[in-house]
Amino acid sequence: MNIYSQISANKRKTWVVMVLFIAFITTILFVYGKASGYGYAYAGIGLIISGIMVFSSYYYSDRMVLGMSKAKQIQKKDHPELYRTVENLCIGAGIPLPKIYIIDDSAPNAFATGRDPKHSVICVTTGILDKLNKIELEGVIAHELSHIRNYDIRLMGIVTILVGLVALLADFFTRSLWYGNRHREENNNAQGIFLVIGVILAVLSPIIATLIQLAISRKREFLADASGSLLTRYPEGLASALEKISKDKEPLEVANNATAHLYISNPFKGKIQGSWLAKLFNTHPPIEERIKILRSM
Amino acid sequence: MDLTLFLIIAIVLIALFAWSTYNSLATGKVRIKEALSGIDVQLKRRIDLVPNLIGTVKGYAKHEKGLLENVTKARSSLMNANTTHEKAVSDNMLSGALKSLIAIGEAYPDLKASQNFLNLQQELSDIEAKIAYARQFYNTNVSGYNSILVNFPSSIIGSIFGFKAEEFFEAEEAEKKNVKVEF
Repeated sequence: MNIYSQISANKRKTWVVMVLFIAFITTILFVYGKASGYGYAYAGIGLIISGIMVFSSYYYSDRMVLGMSKAKQIQKKDHPELYRTVENLCIGAGIPLPKIYIIDDSAPNAFATGRDPKHSVICVTTGILDKLNKIELEGVIAHELSHIRNYDIRLMGIVTILVGLVALLADFFTRSLWYGNRHREENNNAQGIFLVIGVILAVLSPIIATLIQLAISRKREFLADASGSLLTRYPEGLASALEKISKDKEPLEVANNATAHLYISNPFKGKIQGSWLAKLFNTHPPIEERIKILRSM
Repeated sequence: MDLTLFLIIAIVLIALFAWSTYNSLATGKVRIKEALSGIDVQLKRRIDLVPNLIGTVKGYAKHEKGLLENVTKARSSLMNANTTHEKAVSDNMLSGALKSLIAIGEAYPDLKASQNFLNLQQELSDIEAKIAYARQFYNTNVSGYNSILVNFPSSIIGSIFGFKAEEFFEAEEAEKKNVKVEF
């Protein structure tokens, strides 16, 4: 596959997963509605609460993440080479220059965040600056800028709202059963069946929603790899950088579960391989696969 | 009755397609213009840097008249370039001439060691990278716009509204000046 077909394939797959996600939520709403007789009131409240929570975290995502990660902003004079690399790639990508931050940690990693290209941030560790050469660093930064340009942060924000909605709906539904507030509908048998399905969904749906979210996250990582390669016109740069990063076994100290998905490579080192099931729970696709695809472009 | 409904729906869909394609093309043109002025910004920065570079080199290597003249000529031709093609040709000329000028630093150790020269070298190499990226961005936008004009059926909309293909930022091989670097 060449770079362009990679990009179209990944965009298509994202759409497919989003449509399936929405179909999934619609089915849940239908089942809960039928089972409890309350219909769509749940959905409205759930969407509002979930929306407020995620929207505020997404709006302030840059400040929150940077605060958690002890990052320091740099200007051109602090680190001219890094600054110029980001500046030049932004010219190639046609986006304004994001704020640039450095985290003082020897584990090599990088991330980008921000709700749109005008309010974006890119952050690298001192580890990545020390360990990668210029071409490899360009590959990594091009990948991060592609996340910004493809509005991935906004997409994942929306997906997180949907996941939160699913969890809230499951919660409301289970509570309504517990407290026995159920409208009796005429067709009691049908309501009974929906009740059973509803309970099963209430238990499983948050997990399914999370799996869908992780699937979308992985697809967007592949897309950022491909878009970044189109920007540098040199996929080998990023491939070689990923190889170096994967060989480094040191975990990133400041990363935690909330921020892990933003980084270029999973900051919690150690074997994530193993069963097919374990791979489903990964925010990033396996590094060997990413390198293989990059080298085939 | 059914046939009429079908026709109405078909016309509405076609109209929507025409509307969206027209907007894509119009936006495409605006983006190309923006990308072109982006290239001009970087070209101007290099043009502005040249007198400083010539001055520094003259101070240490007065006898390299030929090379210095090449740079001055290429600079003027770039300043006078109007069409995209002219700019591309002049840009290549100036790039080549500047490379030779920087290379003579090897023959003049005083020049090579001068802080001014070193700074200018770094600035120039950074601007060359910026120009390259600006060209790439421009060409990417032209490629996207031209693709819409070439694809069917959007090509029909394109010709109805008089959209023409834009040219890439490139110069033919024969016109690139072959600059010999002599030591």
